[in-house]
Amino acid sequence: MALLEIRNLHLAMRSFDGEAHVLNGIELAVERRQVWGLVGETGCGKSLTGLSCSRLVPTPPGRYLQGEIRFDGQDLLAMPDAQVAALRGTRIGMIFQDPTTNLNPAFRIGTQLVDVALAAARRKPEVLGGGGRQAAERLAVQMLDKVGIPNAAERMGDYPHQFSGGMRQRVLIAMALIGRPDLLIADEPTTALDVSVQAQILRLMRSMVDEFDMGVVMITHNLGVVAQSCTHVAVMYAGNIVESGPVRDVLMAPRHPYTRALMQAIPTRDTPRGGLQGLAGSVPNLITPPPGCRFAPRCALATDTCRAATPPLTGASHRVACIHAETVDA
Amino acid sequence: MLRFVLRRLILLVPVLFGLTVMMFIIARLLPGDPVGLAAGPNATAEEIAAYARDFGLDQPVTVQYWRYLTGLLQGDLGVSIFSRRPVLDDLIAYLPATLELVFAAMALAVVIGIPCGLAAAVWRNRWPDYASRVSALAAISMPRFFLGLLLQLTFAMWLFWLPLGGRFPIILEPPPTVTGFLTLDALFAGDWQAFVTACRHLALPAIAMCLSPLATIMRMMRASTIEVLQQDYVMTARALGLSPRLIVFKYVAKNAVSATLTVIGLYFGWLLGGTVLVETVFDWPGLGLYATQAIVSQDFMPVIGVALVIGLLFMLVNLLVDVLYGVINPKVRYA
Repeated sequence: MALLEIRNLHLAMRSFDGEAHVLNGIELAVERRQVWGLVGETGCGKSLTGLSCSRLVPTPPGRYLQGEIRFDGQDLLAMPDAQVAALRGTRIGMIFQDPTTNLNPAFRIGTQLVDVALAAARRKPEVLGGGGRQAAERLAVQMLDKVGIPNAAERMGDYPHQFSGGMRQRVLIAMALIGRPDLLIADEPTTALDVSVQAQILRLMRSMVDEFDMGVVMITHNLGVVAQSCTHVAVMYAGNIVESGPVRDVLMAPRHPYTRALMQAIPTRDTPRGGLQGLAGSVPNLITPPPGCRFAPRCALATDTCRAATPPLTGASHRVACIHAETVDA
Repeated sequence: MLRFVLRRLILLVPVLFGLTVMMFIIARLLPGDPVGLAAGPNATAEEIAAYARDFGLDQPVTVQYWRYLTGLLQGDLGVSIFSRRPVLDDLIAYLPATLELVFAAMALAVVIGIPCGLAAAVWRNRWPDYASRVSALAAISMPRFFLGLLLQLTFAMWLFWLPLGGRFPIILEPPPTVTGFLTLDALFAGDWQAFVTACRHLALPAIAMCLSPLATIMRMMRASTIEVLQQDYVMTARALGLSPRLIVFKYVAKNAVSATLTVIGLYFGWLLGGTVLVETVFDWPGLGLYATQAIVSQDFMPVIGVALVIGLLFMLVNLLVDVLYGVINPKVRYA
């Protein structure tokens, strides 16, 4: 049984123009010590998939149409609110994109870390070994030290604005991991950071995976990040996972036309000037999505069969949702 | 921080100086004959002239102003030409009553307004929100003196729960003066009976005064809480398992209160200057009543004195608000 298993997840979001069908049958299974990269362009539903793993999508405007999100075998969507809330922090941790806005500006980071640790210990006493506030403070210093904050003990009394962006993201990682979660959802954890700091943060997260024996879902739109720090990747397009599997298989031999188009859009040393290929057309409107495969309107290989029904995600470990995947070689 | 406070305190001096100049000029520009009024209808020309000489009113305005200013530096606020009492003594007698009323009204407004605003934001578009919004609108639309009359009618005339007006019954011995606030003095003296009596007198005027600041504080708190609730760090706090109670009462409240603080400071000054109607309706022996009487009899020393005190208090309260900003929001820099 996988740590996290999303089956056929459908989510609709109400908007001014109508209800958008934003997740259209997500399939994803994450094991411990796997780092899944969830890639796709803005609006493809990757963040909503991530938030769904902690049931943080507000309903309304959101509405789950069907599907399951099984965490440790239990369906999150069928759980009462209190039970889901009890998982947050201790079983499922989260890191968000912008470290400048995700720490509360009016409180010392020590206070914020200690509160998260105390909240976690209430449900999972082993986090503090049965200790109280003092144990929480010790653990907070330890965690800050572990994520690479120099002079951790002294920095506990500092406010968020006294840290750089990279350091703040380290603090947020410490906060997400202080309750020793089994699953970590990281929503674009490096997007708001400098390139050099990005690499440090990714290395840090990677090193934490084995130490904490957790599964990670890392949401990103950067294939470089995926190649560097993920074991698996799932490519999303307009609310669907179109291709998924081990990083090496998917990136070396992409089989879905969308994945290939993405790969072709990455400049390499050999790309001639002006030779970079973009993808014609634009993302479909999800209030009135195209019938069948949502990529069909932009796909060179599309046939009437494509437009008739959504192709299922097929395959053993490297899975593709395209009926032409077999006919066209990588 | 200390330098900031010192500099603001020094800045008070020119502002207060300007206030005295303005008040003096306005007092002289107004038509009327204060000395004639004070001396009485049957006074002869000689008597009026003697009266004016006694108060130095026969001198040119510049000389009068110079005398006032030098007196002010020695703590002398001049003498009322009507009662012939030193203005300072009158202020010491009347100011505590007004301050007590204003503090009580502000305390009520803050203690009720902030939790209600928080609740309205948390249960946005549900019944606590509608209830607080409708009552806030009603409270803000109601003139204070009219509200005062309604309160008197209901609680004093029909229900007999509370006294109609006044600050303390004349037949009773008031507690010994320490702060000038009867409620506090009664507590210091350990006189429970006097404390209850003082509170019963304070209740209606304080309620009449607190409603519009309460409504404004509530609406400010609601708006800023709604804004704070949408911040990323609230989502993070939820995602990391903090309880909703801790998030709202600790993490959201502190951020939301800082915007509300400005309104509290401004309202404090507004109430100080606006006690007249409420003090009149409730026969509350405060600055408002004192100033009205002085204005009506064109007795300008008390008017200038009251203006100075209110101006000083207003600036001090707003200085306090600025300092509190820094306590609440560590990003605020004092420069």
